[in-house]
Amino acid sequence: MAAWEDGMAEPERTAVFVARGLTKDYGQGPTAVHALRGVDLDIYPGEFIVLLGASGSGKSTLLNILGGLDSATAGVARWREHELTQAGDADLTRYRREHVGFVFQFYNLIPSLTARENVALVTDLAAHPMSPQEALELVGLGQRLDHFISQLSGGEQQRVAIARAIAKRPDVLLCDEPTGALDCATGILVLQAIEKVNRELGTTVVVITHNVPISLMADRVLRLADGRIAQTQVNTQKQEAATLAW
Amino acid sequence: MLKALHIKLWRDLWQLRAQALTIAVVVACGVAGFVGEFSTHESLKGSRDAYYLASRFADVFASVRRAPLTLREKVAALDGVAQLQLSTAFDVQLDLPEVLQSVTARFISLELRAQSMHSASAPEPRQSLNVLTLRSGRWPQRVAPLEAVVSERFAQVRGLHAGSTLVALLNGRRERVHIVGTVLSPEYVYATRGGAPDDQWFGVFWVDGERLATAFDMDGAFNQLALSLDASANESAVIAALDRLLEPYGGVGAVNRDKQLSNAIVKNELAEQRVLGTVLPGIFLTVAVFILNVVLSRQVVTQRAQIATLKALGYTDAQIAAHYIALAVLLSTLGTLAGLLLSLWLGQVLLQMYAQVFRFTQLEYHSVPWVVVVSVLLVTLGAALGAFSAIRSVVRLSPAQAMQPPAPPLFKPTLLERLGLARRWDASTLMVVRNIERRPMRAAMTVLGIAAAVALQISGAFWLDAIAHIVDVQFRLVQQGDVLLNFNRPVKLTAAQHLQRLPGVLDAELQRNEPVRCSAHGRTVDTVLSGYALQPALLRVIDEDRGALPMPEHGVMINALLARELGLQVGERVQIEFRLWHRRQASLVVTEVVRTMFGKQVFMELGAMNRLAGDDAGATDAALRIDPTQLEGFYTAIKSAPAIAAVADKASLLRSFNETTARNLGFFTTVLTLFAVAMAVGITYNSARIALSERAWELASLRVLGMTRAEVSVLLLSELALELLTALPLGGVLGYGLAAGLMQLMASENIDFPVVIAPSTYGWAALCVLAAGVASALVVRRHIDRLDLVAVLKLRE
Repeated sequence: MAAWEDGMAEPERTAVFVARGLTKDYGQGPTAVHALRGVDLDIYPGEFIVLLGASGSGKSTLLNILGGLDSATAGVARWREHELTQAGDADLTRYRREHVGFVFQFYNLIPSLTARENVALVTDLAAHPMSPQEALELVGLGQRLDHFISQLSGGEQQRVAIARAIAKRPDVLLCDEPTGALDCATGILVLQAIEKVNRELGTTVVVITHNVPISLMADRVLRLADGRIAQTQVNTQKQEAATLAW
Repeated sequence: MLKALHIKLWRDLWQLRAQALTIAVVVACGVAGFVGEFSTHESLKGSRDAYYLASRFADVFASVRRAPLTLREKVAALDGVAQLQLSTAFDVQLDLPEVLQSVTARFISLELRAQSMHSASAPEPRQSLNVLTLRSGRWPQRVAPLEAVVSERFAQVRGLHAGSTLVALLNGRRERVHIVGTVLSPEYVYATRGGAPDDQWFGVFWVDGERLATAFDMDGAFNQLALSLDASANESAVIAALDRLLEPYGGVGAVNRDKQLSNAIVKNELAEQRVLGTVLPGIFLTVAVFILNVVLSRQVVTQRAQIATLKALGYTDAQIAAHYIALAVLLSTLGTLAGLLLSLWLGQVLLQMYAQVFRFTQLEYHSVPWVVVVSVLLVTLGAALGAFSAIRSVVRLSPAQAMQPPAPPLFKPTLLERLGLARRWDASTLMVVRNIERRPMRAAMTVLGIAAAVALQISGAFWLDAIAHIVDVQFRLVQQGDVLLNFNRPVKLTAAQHLQRLPGVLDAELQRNEPVRCSAHGRTVDTVLSGYALQPALLRVIDEDRGALPMPEHGVMINALLARELGLQVGERVQIEFRLWHRRQASLVVTEVVRTMFGKQVFMELGAMNRLAGDDAGATDAALRIDPTQLEGFYTAIKSAPAIAAVADKASLLRSFNETTARNLGFFTTVLTLFAVAMAVGITYNSARIALSERAWELASLRVLGMTRAEVSVLLLSELALELLTALPLGGVLGYGLAAGLMQLMASENIDFPVVIAPSTYGWAALCVLAAGVASALVVRRHIDRLDLVAVLKLRE
């Protein structure tokens, strides 16, 4: 503490996510596809990370392993005390349930439930969730609580999905092309919701996107190519979602 | 151009193999039941008609007490009579080696021909009607000891064959009888004295008529008459004229084929077979077609994107429709072919069962072509329509529209929520309830399909309950004694004391049964008047609802079947005319209408009946209670008692009845249970599979969000569980309705069975269908475990 006061370098923070030599192969032999070829990565609490990369660059595979949806062929991936690479299905399910919030490109909402009930579906499972209403108000949908999915616009649906993802106060929010199915104005509304969650709740956010301008919101931008992190860029000046355009 | 589409057709079929298999099984069951049972009915009918024709089965039958053979000319001269056969028949006791009880045999006269000098074997007897078919051995000759040919089935059951010897009590004299052959008779296709099939305790013997006449003092006389009619004859006019001719000789009323005992039973059985063979398989086939239709239509909907792609690639609507209809027809053809094969087996087994009961010269199974065609058409049409109705809505879309994921389906709060009854429901429950309410027709159809499976099983299994009830009433409640005796001629009431002195007899009770003609409201019915003790103890009258009833102190008690036939009510008068010994008539008040199960019956107090008859006769039958430890002594005495023509041992009859019904009904029930279970699997498995394919994406998303496999399984399967639980009680109600309907369809003027279904039958049906549902759910659960969680992040469908 004394050293910090002395204006020395910030002490090393503890990474919440650690990957070392993370490798993922699909198939075997000459036809094998190497989706990840030894990725090393540390993600810190409260960080906003954007993964950029072309199709097949490995960004989705990385996100899947991070989210406990896929297993690695080799290497280590750890979320705090959770050893993800060794975990079985039940452990991964518990990990997702307790620590991870997902936002999908196509929202994946349950059409038979209202906005509030879609969020409740997840808060019912969680230990210390916020109320569905609180979560929806956070993403600006306080007036649409009792609307069914078919009564909401695409942007509103995605914001319900974000509310659903963050209502259980996850440690990390994983967003896979969250604006992929939306126009620019609606996409920005969605990004503002994610930004707010990151800022106000301190939730770590990882966003996959093709959309380069979104990377301006990030603390760090990781460019993946051919299964490796090809480039890491640290934004010293993050831009607010409202200022983005594409 | 269609080549690739053909490949897709086969691949789709392979993809759908599990569902295809369950559908094929249901269709196969429906087709097999329909074709097999219907063809069995037609085969039986064909065999019967061919046999009756070949054996010159008579058209009119009459029994008399004793009529002179000289009556022959008068009968033959009646207008419309083509052929005539007179014979003598008596029921006697048989003493079979190593059989404790006495067996009843009917001895019937044959008109033997003198043996020709040139032939070593006995010639065929002179038979103008009801011609016997020699199945083994030879015809009897006029030699000593008495030679007989015997009904084939009795011979088989009792191990008799040419060369066997037994002792019969002919008019009180024990006589050795030599079996020389076995025969079939059109009059005894179904051999019984009463109603139940009884090949173990009732045999029919044909012997030299002259010897029989001598033994029974029937020289120059006959007591059986059969005649055939020419094409222009008026049957009822002939019967009326015949009755007038036979009246002085104790004629008890001639009957046509419909009332000839064996034929009436065959006819009744065929009618039942027709109902069972059409109604049940009809329902089956309908449900099978329905499942096929539902599954296919849902299948088409899940291929929406593929259909759009095909359209975008330039396939016409007609080509796409043809593709899916071909898939449907292929699916159904698989089941139809299996069903046709299965029907051959089912038909053979059913016919084998009938061959045990009905003795025709030939009994061969033939598939009825039009039944095959109808079932194939029904199934194919059902399949094609299912595919067509589903695909119509998809091909109507423009390719661009179809390639888009469908808009989120519209949901709204359910009725229960709007009524404020669902406030405490959690999101998972709401999902289930809303899903059901959004597609009420689909849920209703699934429920109805499962309920139909339960109902079909009940309608197949309840026969055992009905039979158990009949057995309980007849053998336990009605017959309290152990043995029933028929005297060969009426005896005085003092006979009771004689009977009680026989070894082992604990109690004896006399009855009198006389053929009478009842008339009221201008209608007449020939039936039997029974005289019982005032408070009968060993043979009672049991009312379906009120239990045992005492005899009325005055007037008569009639059963509901007779009351209905004559339009009689309590307090009205019925005219009763004795037939056998004299023609005394009386008008009596109906003091009670009793609900019994069989026949048309009239009861009165024995003493009153004897006073009414005004003759010296006292009793024709007796019911006895026997000390079980003294059966041997009892039967030894009975077997040489000259006055006793026939003995029915309750325990033996019950055993043989149970064996026959258990075998036949057991098979029928098992087949229906298997079919119903197949149906339940077909419905539940497909329902769950389709729900899974429609909602895999949603469920995988929930898995990603942290729901466990068990939690998403509950979400998917509780809809099915809810449908199952709704369907089970509904199936019980439908099952009762179906059983009652079948009873109604099978009801005849001589049968009044109540609909009795044991709780265990409901329980078993529900359990089987529930197990089928649970098994299907477990299989689908395995698919839930294999949901691709990664795919849902990217793919919309």
